[in-house]
Amino acid sequence: MTAVTDTSSNEKPNEHHDHHGPAKGLMRWVLTTNHKDIGTMYLWFSFIMFLTGGAMAMVIRAELFQPGMQIVDPGFFNQMTTMHGLIMVFGAVMPAFVGLANWMIPLMIGAPDMALPRMNNWSFWILPFAAVMLVSTLFMEGGGPNFGWTFYAPLSTTYAPPSTTFFIFAIHMLGISSIMGAINIIATILNLRAPGMTMMKMPLFVWTWLITAYLLIAVMPVLAGAVTMMLMDIHFGTSFFNAGGGGDPVLFQHIFWFFGHPEVYIMILPSFGIVSAILPTFARKPLFGYTSMVYATASIAFLSFIVWAHHMFTVGIPLVGELFFMYATLLIAVPTGVKVFNWVTTMFRGAMTFETPMLFSIAFVVLFTIGGFSGLMLAIAPADFQYHDTYFVVAHFHYVLVPGAIFAIFAAVYYWLPKWTGHMYDETLGKTHFWMSFIGMNLTFFPMHFIGLAGMPRRIPDYALQFADFNMMASIGGFMFGTTQLLFLFIVIKCIRGGEKAKAESWEGAEGLEWSLPSPTPYHTFTTPPDVK
Amino acid sequence: MMQHALALFLLIKAAMSGKDRPPRMLQVARFRYGSGCRTNRSLLSWPESSRGLVSFARLNFSKRLSFMTPKGIGKTFLWFLASLSAFLIPARVLADWEVNMTEGVTAVSRSIYDLHMTIFIICVVIGVLVFGVMFYSILMHRKSRGAKPHPFHESTLVEILWTTIPFLILVGMAIPATKTLIDIYDTSEAEIDIKITGYQWKWQYEYLGEEVSFFSNLQTAPEQIYNVRSKDPNYLLEVDEPLVLPTGKKIRFLVTAADVIHSWWVPAFAVKRDAIPGFINEAWTKIERPGIYRGQCAELCGKDHGFMPIVVDARTPEDYAKWLDEKKEAAAKERELTTKDWTMAELMERGKKTYERVCAACHQVNGEGMPPIFPALKGSKMAIEKDQIKAHIDIVVNGKKGTAMQAFAAQLSEVDLAAVITYERNAWGNNTGDLITPKQILEYKKTGEYKAADTESSDKSPVVSKPTVNEPAINTHQAGL
Repeated sequence: MTAVTDTSSNEKPNEHHDHHGPAKGLMRWVLTTNHKDIGTMYLWFSFIMFLTGGAMAMVIRAELFQPGMQIVDPGFFNQMTTMHGLIMVFGAVMPAFVGLANWMIPLMIGAPDMALPRMNNWSFWILPFAAVMLVSTLFMEGGGPNFGWTFYAPLSTTYAPPSTTFFIFAIHMLGISSIMGAINIIATILNLRAPGMTMMKMPLFVWTWLITAYLLIAVMPVLAGAVTMMLMDIHFGTSFFNAGGGGDPVLFQHIFWFFGHPEVYIMILPSFGIVSAILPTFARKPLFGYTSMVYATASIAFLSFIVWAHHMFTVGIPLVGELFFMYATLLIAVPTGVKVFNWVTTMFRGAMTFETPMLFSIAFVVLFTIGGFSGLMLAIAPADFQYHDTYFVVAHFHYVLVPGAIFAIFAAVYYWLPKWTGHMYDETLGKTHFWMSFIGMNLTFFPMHFIGLAGMPRRIPDYALQFADFNMMASIGGFMFGTTQLLFLFIVIKCIRGGEKAKAESWEGAEGLEWSLPSPTPYHTFTTPPDVK
Repeated sequence: MMQHALALFLLIKAAMSGKDRPPRMLQVARFRYGSGCRTNRSLLSWPESSRGLVSFARLNFSKRLSFMTPKGIGKTFLWFLASLSAFLIPARVLADWEVNMTEGVTAVSRSIYDLHMTIFIICVVIGVLVFGVMFYSILMHRKSRGAKPHPFHESTLVEILWTTIPFLILVGMAIPATKTLIDIYDTSEAEIDIKITGYQWKWQYEYLGEEVSFFSNLQTAPEQIYNVRSKDPNYLLEVDEPLVLPTGKKIRFLVTAADVIHSWWVPAFAVKRDAIPGFINEAWTKIERPGIYRGQCAELCGKDHGFMPIVVDARTPEDYAKWLDEKKEAAAKERELTTKDWTMAELMERGKKTYERVCAACHQVNGEGMPPIFPALKGSKMAIEKDQIKAHIDIVVNGKKGTAMQAFAAQLSEVDLAAVITYERNAWGNNTGDLITPKQILEYKKTGEYKAADTESSDKSPVVSKPTVNEPAINTHQAGL
């Protein structure tokens, strides 16, 4: 893949009428339609949300540090677990991926910008308002949402605090933002590829995001439907989820997880793309099994629609349903396994170096696989009767989401920071950040497997004495992981302000159109499409 | 940093063991190894426990043989992981830690345990292979060792292999899982039916056909939860009245809820069923050994989700029959109490107990509640004004729709209802002097009318339509029973 680009003129603003640099001041950010600006805003927003949700996790871990109630009351504890989940999913992980997509997809496919730049601006600017509204519920009378991020009815309808209406509105806005983001990404990928960039030449990050965007469009309306039905039940006397009026609380769970299961793949598929870009770079050899990677991603996306009830093995669905969902869930292990094998084979007989992005990517493969193993265990329906709603599940999904989504995002940021800022980040600090995160993360979540198997239910503010020691370990790990993220903030700011100048091809083995551009990238890129051979 | 974290951990542990949790030092810890071996051992004392890993190794050595079974290997591996993540932590601590699922005391719980260990071992083997290759590459194929990249990137054969082999493993795993699942779903031919109803935040147990029914509440005192007193060994896992079941009989559970979704879970039976308002779920168990088995609610059900434990007291069929008879007698006696003439002091004493057991979770022991969700009773209009007595009785008996205030008609006896209402009208400076008798409550339940004891007519309080049926809002017919 080579690219011929004409970017020299971009560095001199005012040379052409339409080739200008960014506007000055605050209005640059409010009015911008530039994919790089919007990508940057998405990433900063997501980082702020990450720290907010993280602070809530610190409250949770502080309360669970030892048995007994010490810091918060049980009601507020429930608000913390709920908001932590919602903020991390909708505020931190999803916007971070959209931010990366905004920055990188046009650069990877040789497009001048996103296909729908004004909508792009709007889909970002909805987010801060939705987030502020969501967080503000904590200060309302009766407190914020306290029914878990899965907000099962009737706890979230008949028995919910008054602020639930604001929560529903916030979810609607976040959903609209996601759908618009997804439409934009699909339109960009299908229409704005440079000549010669066929579908099967696209980098895997572009492929995984294309599939993710379809998932988003398919399931965000389902979530909107669920919360709208909640709204009707709360305010307009309907009984969608109330058996007394002919409804069914389990219907809520079916609808929620029909959204919820694809949602967890929305949070992992782009990571697959990121890791598939980074591992070949630092192994200095091409990705093993590109085609099978694409097909595996598509299979995972398809299967994600027919496994939702594995979150509901204990609600009393009939035996046949139980069996179907167990078999379908087990099947997901096949394409996921293919991906892991491909990554390992990519590393095999390469010439590896271990810069920070590579360290995070390797940790991703190892820890995500461990999360996959516990997922496989959870898929066994009879065993799930013992695992369900225990800390084993908490350990499982934090193993797939923290190293899965968060580590991949860190890897992506370190990998492309030189391209974005024009400076290399501080490698020593980057590695410190990695090792602290890696140890902290494992110290937090590995013991949770044990307390879960030993019988500790999730979402409880206080626990029996036999769980005390592992909980204390988890809390110490949690504090370590949490504070380490401030170091990440420092590294990024330091890199923006200066540092060793980055070359156009910032990494020795890097492939792809983005590396044909100077570092930092000019404000406008690929105004004439590159030729891809 | 790691060392600092561990040092901190140990320091805090030492400090805590010193003051907050002395009972644990005296406990007898249970060690579990291999396939179901259980050994009791008294705890190692502190000085000895500083040789953490040494004593840990010695303990395992004594059961070396169980390592050879597949389950033994799995368990050993779990212990290895546990000790790896806990290295340098005293053996006393390790001894306390359960790191694996219980095998339980039923055939189903054992077959679930076997499934769990099988899939776990499969995962470990695959993990060792995959990570083995990976770490070999990381060690050997690094640029700093002068490795040259080999740019191969495809091989149809291996790709087909690593698609089909996992598929076959999964098929092999699905077969025993299916068998166990079919067994779990076979609730036919049960000898005893127990209806379990989840409430915020307690369980109701009804022995169908026996006219025995009671509520089971958390017994752990708030002083323990709020760290005023030291915690009992069964902290948070103790109830006022456990579910008593016979061993050796097939027991069917009919699980439902009165308000939000709960989940009834006893790990030793491997029974976990969601309790869903308006529907009835079935589950069953056949307990093999008498004993006390503990569990907890496993579905987030609001503020006190963490404080509604389950305790099952499994007894031999003879002991069970004896208990059931006694229980029936006691229920008959309780019914007689309704007609007794109660004094203020008696009602207040009983009311205080009932209030603290049932009402204080929301309205608080001091009656101040947690506004606006849980209103204060202290000084509230309803609890002090004379013309509100009827409304007061109504809200306690019938609950308030759409709020957490439940209908207590079925949960509490007439005596308890009268006592608690009397208590609420006279405690915390609400000194109204109002005395509500069990007879008045009974009358209210029957006619929807409240007659003040010393006034002859009810014309002061206008006739209001009869309150709705006092059953909790469960539609049992909908569940297709």
